Amino acid sequence: MEKRFRFIYLSPMSDQILLATKKGTLIIDRKNGRWTLRPIAQPGMAVSYAARDPRDGTLWACMDNAHWGPALMRSNDGGATWKDASRVVYPKGARYIEQLIPDPKAMEEAGKPIAYKQAALMKIWALGFAGKDQPGVIHAGTLPGGLFTTRDGGESWELNRPLWNHESRGGDLFAGGATSKNQWGGTPAAMAYGEFVPGIHSVVVDPRDSNHFYVAISCAGVLETRDGGKSWAGANRGMLNDYLPNPEAEWGHDPHLVALCPSQPDRLWQQNHSGIFTSEDGARNWKRVSQKDVGAHFGFPIAAADKDARIAWVVPLQSDQARMTLGGGLFVARTSDGGATWQSFREGLPQEHCYDVIYRHALDACGDRVCFGSTTGNLYISEDRGETWLCIGNNLPPIHSVRFA
Amino acid sequence: MPRVSFTRHLQTFFPTLKMGEEVPGATVREVIAELEKRFPGFALYVGDETGRLRRHVNFFVGEEPICDRESLSDAVSPSDELFILQALSGG
Repeated sequence: MEKRFRFIYLSPMSDQILLATKKGTLIIDRKNGRWTLRPIAQPGMAVSYAARDPRDGTLWACMDNAHWGPALMRSNDGGATWKDASRVVYPKGARYIEQLIPDPKAMEEAGKPIAYKQAALMKIWALGFAGKDQPGVIHAGTLPGGLFTTRDGGESWELNRPLWNHESRGGDLFAGGATSKNQWGGTPAAMAYGEFVPGIHSVVVDPRDSNHFYVAISCAGVLETRDGGKSWAGANRGMLNDYLPNPEAEWGHDPHLVALCPSQPDRLWQQNHSGIFTSEDGARNWKRVSQKDVGAHFGFPIAAADKDARIAWVVPLQSDQARMTLGGGLFVARTSDGGATWQSFREGLPQEHCYDVIYRHALDACGDRVCFGSTTGNLYISEDRGETWLCIGNNLPPIHSVRFA
Repeated sequence: MPRVSFTRHLQTFFPTLKMGEEVPGATVREVIAELEKRFPGFALYVGDETGRLRRHVNFFVGEEPICDRESLSDAVSPSDELFILQALSGG
């Protein structure tokens, strides 16, 4: 029997939501039919991403403290107490090709010799948990574009050198100068850290085989490994970028988030700067499935249904030029037919004077439940697959990530 | 021996750190290295893995901000006080 037929996905039902916010981690529990917030953890400190390891229940928070730097905290008691985990650090010699923030000064300096910089961790942007076939393995996507992996549940972290040294990034800069052209651009999300560097925001593990996973990079595109990270290949065929002279260029894409349908893992979804894309063949081919007449095109997050590969949700914004809600009202768009058509749902969501932006990790789905949070501290949940919405909170801190625990 | 004063925020992470802690060292880098020995993890709170001071942390020797934020080579004399402060940041 082929491996794929032995794979059975058991859909979880979660009564808990984790929020990473600008002021700490919030845990929200569903009790007696109500969603109730606990007192904030790490009060006053920014958290870029928070999630629960489904294998052992450990809660993880990616600290993004403006003063004391990026770090990981974890809780082994369901969020009652949190402790520092080992730091993620770039090894000496991990260099990258400096890119200048695209402004007039950079234009003046264009054509000057390549400059290299020693990498230092700026931000842990996302975590990706391996499956039960690899206990203790967690991947961390970071700025300035390194992927780190722990094999011991977070006691130690190691830079994935094959990806760091990939030819799309100039080759092995530990060994010397660039041997190929750097194709990885910076992400505007890095500019708050004073540099224009790439970032890995999506680490998507195939539930059938933890050696098979994808990373998505702003701004480069999607890369895939089938051997646990020893080798990597681009997976961007069919992607289109509207902001480059050649829309079909292999690199230069700006995936905002990639999500996978866990029960049918060959189906991937991608909210990209240039629209919504999907793949039905494990990222061998992508196709654009935006539907601009219902507003389903630009945005940051995307969530895949866990049981039905045809279903996905987005929370659209107007456009690249105006990162605002469409017409001042907030809505969620859902496809139920693999992206052929999109439906918008507004019931329970504010429809005027609404300036919420939903960050890339701030939408999640679990069974019939869908939840999203905004930069203006609003948190909404649907228990009917996105058709009607309830507000959980209006005065929360800016929300960086929303994950069902 | 140089003394170290610091923002109380650091005691959130290092509760046994004492205000006015006496720490040997002839440069800021040596003082931080000694603090790292006493309080493992301390160096990565105030600086990154290259040894550079974090962007929103300030060190003063006496009343003067240090000059070398990259490698912390500023001299410290036995009578000096090293201040570790949070730079102002909004929001």
